[in-house]
Amino acid sequence: MAVLDRDTINAVREGFTRHRLSWIDTLPFLFAALMYFFAARYLPLGTQVMIQVAFALSLDLALGYGGIDSLGHVAFFGMGAYAAGLYALYVSSEPLSGLAVAACIGALTGLVTGPLVLRARGLTVVMLTLAIATMLHELANTSAMKPITGGADGLFGFKIAPVFGMFSFDLYGRTAYWYSLGVVAFVFIICKLVVNSPFGLAVRGMRDNPVRMRMLGVNVTARLVTLYCVSGALAAMAGGLSAQVTKLVGLDSLAFLVSGNALVMLILGGAGRLYGAIVGATVFVALSDRAAAIDPFNWLFAVGGVLILAVRFAPQGIVGLIADWSQRLGWVRR
Amino acid sequence: MAAPALAIEGISKNFGGLRVSRDISLSLPVGARHALIGPNGAGKTTLVNLISGLLQPSSGRIALDGVDITNLAPERRVGLGLARTFQISSLFPSLTVAENVGLAFEARFGLDRRLWGRVRSRPEIVEGTAALLQSLGLLELARKRVADLPYGQRRLVEIALVLALEPKTLLLDEPAAGLAVSDRGALLDLLLRLPEALTILVIEHDMSLVFRLAQRITVLVEGQVMTEGSVADIRADPRVRDVYLGTRSHG
Repeated sequence: MAVLDRDTINAVREGFTRHRLSWIDTLPFLFAALMYFFAARYLPLGTQVMIQVAFALSLDLALGYGGIDSLGHVAFFGMGAYAAGLYALYVSSEPLSGLAVAACIGALTGLVTGPLVLRARGLTVVMLTLAIATMLHELANTSAMKPITGGADGLFGFKIAPVFGMFSFDLYGRTAYWYSLGVVAFVFIICKLVVNSPFGLAVRGMRDNPVRMRMLGVNVTARLVTLYCVSGALAAMAGGLSAQVTKLVGLDSLAFLVSGNALVMLILGGAGRLYGAIVGATVFVALSDRAAAIDPFNWLFAVGGVLILAVRFAPQGIVGLIADWSQRLGWVRR
Repeated sequence: MAAPALAIEGISKNFGGLRVSRDISLSLPVGARHALIGPNGAGKTTLVNLISGLLQPSSGRIALDGVDITNLAPERRVGLGLARTFQISSLFPSLTVAENVGLAFEARFGLDRRLWGRVRSRPEIVEGTAALLQSLGLLELARKRVADLPYGQRRLVEIALVLALEPKTLLLDEPAAGLAVSDRGALLDLLLRLPEALTILVIEHDMSLVFRLAQRITVLVEGQVMTEGSVADIRADPRVRDVYLGTRSHG
């Protein structure tokens, strides 16, 4: 083999895209911290934003990076929410272990449903994921499951102990806000690690060309199931977080709307770049809230209108548009 | 005597009533350079799909180094040392050339299941990619996205991809298809420099390439082996001229 010099190796290393943590990654968290001090009125809204950011990030991992066209991601969210609620009701009110349990249930859901779903591609995956989520939604409402899920009444009346045994959840949602921010930061870092790993490169390869991937000797279905489990665990954490901060788990945490909204968030922000999930979820929740405050009956028009504009003028999403422009203006080098 | 690198025994493939491959047998000793020629629709690509496992034969068996692989999943066959290229380059368009080749190294070393660590800091991936790209003269392309490459270069990148797997047997499905004449020279150079121990089965319409690369040639017509022989035999065979060479205008 020819002798390689350092420069050659480094030049080739530059050919591998990096998604390292940089100062840009601190911006959303800085923004969130500023909001705490200057817009305390909106803390509960901010908490909702963060739950959705965590959920959208998990979907981005599966859909944006892995090309798994999931329209039933709410299955993970809901399983996580019920797991965290039941855990708080019957086992312990400690929040962090509750999230861990939710994550495990999410991963397990991925492990069970993944092999059913992931042998297919495209539209079949869309329908299968949708079907599984719908079945879970119906199942939670059956009379047989009512003693466990609470049926249409949902789970309520559970308490969540102080975080780290120190910070109790207050009426103004301050603790809930910081707690959610911490969870989002955790989810974001996990996503970054996965995306940077050898597995993360394989995931992007499977999205681009699964046949070539098989012809490199990779068991594509098995890798996709792994991805589905990781994404499912993170989605379930978002669901668990939602259960813990609202202290309520209803059937709506398994409703199709949650899946659909997350998809809209990814389209708005831009899929396959993590930041898109953050921006998309923030814009979506903030826009819905403001629009509903202005016109409580027709607010969906605003969301629909923005979605149409985004698809027409920013098909790569808001973050994609920004990345495009900053490249064109020479701010960043590819 | 050592087992042949690739042995095909009485392979047939039917799509409903359509018999695409009929009782094809083929044996390639280790290090063979074997070409498969025949008019369009003769079932050449079908045969490559059968060998690589993307299609299941209706009957017959396939062995790699004496191991029966007839019912093995395609990815398992790759693990046994079988690699292939496609008639239309099969790459990862949104990834860079380095990432494309790096993925092949990753797969070969079983790193694709690793959720921790960074691709950039795995020496076996980065240095392997660098060495391979350098030896193929493709270093300049490392940072380019495959989608931005001209077609000729994509063909070379696909060959880099399969070489990264260090296969024992390589299937090349029309490597020169769609290449400009100038690019064909570079491709032939590359193919002639491949390790001698590598067994190669190549489908190709470019006869000058076939005659320079191959030692033996099989002519496939309507899913059947019409004849097999050395390059000289095939060149002299009037039937081959009739069904194949004569009907094709050279340009």
